[in-house]
Amino acid sequence: MNAAAELPQRRLFGGSLRRNRRWALAASYFFLVLFAIFFLIPPYYQLVTATKSSAEISNQTTDPWLPSFAPTSENIEELWNKTDFPIYLRNTALVTLCVVAITMTIAVPAAFSLGRMKFWGSGILATGVFLTYLVPDSLLFLPLFKIVGSLGLLNSYWALVLVYPTLTVPFCTWIMIGYFQSIPKELDEAALIDGASHLQMLSKIFIPVALPGLIAATIFAFTVCWAAFVYPMAFIFSSDQQVLTAGTITTLVKGDVYQWGMIMTAALIGAAPPLVVYAFLMDYYIAGLTSGATKG
Amino acid sequence: MAQVTLNKVVKKFDQTEAVRGIDLDIADQEFVVLVGPSGCGKSTTLRMIAGLEETTAGEIMIGGQIVNDLPPKDRDIAMVFQNYALYPHMTVFENMSFGLRLKKFPKAEIKQRVERAARILDITELLERRPRQLSGGQRQRVAMGRAIVRNPKVFLFDEPLSNLDAKLRVQMRTEIKKVHQQVRTTTVYVTHDQVEAMTLADRVVVMNGGRIEQIGTPHELYHAPKTRFVAGFIGSPTMNFIPCRLVEVTGALGVQLAEGLTLPVPSERDPAYRPYAGRALVLGIRPEHITETRAYAAGAEFAMSVDVVEPMGMETIVYFMVDGTEVCARVTPEAALAPGKRMRFLADMRHMHLIDPQSERVIDVPGATRVHGTARVPAA
Repeated sequence: MNAAAELPQRRLFGGSLRRNRRWALAASYFFLVLFAIFFLIPPYYQLVTATKSSAEISNQTTDPWLPSFAPTSENIEELWNKTDFPIYLRNTALVTLCVVAITMTIAVPAAFSLGRMKFWGSGILATGVFLTYLVPDSLLFLPLFKIVGSLGLLNSYWALVLVYPTLTVPFCTWIMIGYFQSIPKELDEAALIDGASHLQMLSKIFIPVALPGLIAATIFAFTVCWAAFVYPMAFIFSSDQQVLTAGTITTLVKGDVYQWGMIMTAALIGAAPPLVVYAFLMDYYIAGLTSGATKG
Repeated sequence: MAQVTLNKVVKKFDQTEAVRGIDLDIADQEFVVLVGPSGCGKSTTLRMIAGLEETTAGEIMIGGQIVNDLPPKDRDIAMVFQNYALYPHMTVFENMSFGLRLKKFPKAEIKQRVERAARILDITELLERRPRQLSGGQRQRVAMGRAIVRNPKVFLFDEPLSNLDAKLRVQMRTEIKKVHQQVRTTTVYVTHDQVEAMTLADRVVVMNGGRIEQIGTPHELYHAPKTRFVAGFIGSPTMNFIPCRLVEVTGALGVQLAEGLTLPVPSERDPAYRPYAGRALVLGIRPEHITETRAYAAGAEFAMSVDVVEPMGMETIVYFMVDGTEVCARVTPEAALAPGKRMRFLADMRHMHLIDPQSERVIDVPGATRVHGTARVPAA
């Protein structure tokens, strides 16, 4: 009697659960597709435009959203052979490499000391590090211009190597502090008893254990350097010192003439390295940003 | 191998005193367990011996040398942590050999030492695995292995079994005892589990509120606790504490628990208790010393109505009320009566304790640690 009365009820409950789940899934897919379209439209448009000749781009009778009827490689050839684009690419790579190296060299020991070696003022200092990150570069470039100028580094990409860390070091330090703090303190105590110095503790225990966080921080520093726009725009004037972001604009936009085909090609090539880096290190990146959220 | 001596050791964290001046002598090869409730200062004491906390005052000596200002690595100690603290990115072999590698031991010796420790702990086949591939018990073995390979003067254990499930804990307890019997290294072991303390220790140090309540062999602590705290902390179920009055009835002493319920004091305790005659005291008696009446056993008999009955299998725990105080007795399963029934009990008063409620100290009875035949053994 009892079981019979319960049965339909349970079925009803199970049914509503299933229905609920179906709705949730449908809604998820709807928004996922919406976001995918939203974010994929610009690269699609870039790709389509990059394969069109200038004549086709300026042709008012064709639909700019449709792929080219006669795809051409003239944009990339011209960009590579007739502009300073290869120099920009090389400069960007060089600057990024240097800045990532400098950033990690500063941020990792800084995070270790702020996060693990409790000393007077370490908490305030850690917050202070994060606050410096909140000052936008569009404000910071004015005083930095003075500094860079007085150092004689204006119009040199070494200026960028000097100033980019002001953007990357605070955030990377912050990420690494969080990561180091999630490592149980018994681990340093065990290392201490095993006879490790603080430097050995950092190099032999903390860095290997915090590798996902380290990679997340590296990716962040990489992305920031690769995509920085305000500083090169402000500090670099000549082509041989220029980097990708600012260089593309200054070279390919002349007055009110936009060389759309080449701009789009340059943007695509410029976006490729971060894409590759993300694709390979995505799992680490996510693990790094979400660590400490749950135990183990 | 070394003695460890603590001399008036104090530890203050800001304003709070975690350890309030303790003296402790640990002999070479001895296994000493620090036990007490959380916050009693036992872990802090261990960490001061390890050098992970600085001492605020007092002296710590290891092997006759004052080590207060030595960093942990120069104290020649090894520590096993509650959460194992294995290096997650290293294999078991690398974990165990980390300390030796830092000290630049020759490769052959490292290998030989690790293999010996692995054999002792039966983890030889795990040497190439990483910690996350191991079970909790295996991880704890590796943590012990890491301590053993160092061949230190002192082993320090900080609640090493707390993270294991009950069954594994008992198993690892035996394991730790076995290892100590094999390597004979002086050991200081911290736990809040009094069973662990009793089973492992040569001597137990009971701590409370930053002070040492009593130091003694498990046997001494059980049979002759010096304070009410120790009496209540050691033993499970805990000792009964019943407010009473020490009265004199026709020349002999008795403890009056309630109107019409007075239990006689054994005559050999008379001299010790005589000065307290007439005073309000607390009677301490363990549940195992209140049983059903037995024809062959001596003791004080009385009847009470049963309150709660908890069958445990090999015995049954029976609760009854004495003048507002709940009293616990351990009886054989067949003897237990249903709640509400009036049952006759037998108190083995040779195991009684009297506690001064002002000082919370157990009134000293010379020779009280002598083992008495319990009520369960027929008197000869």
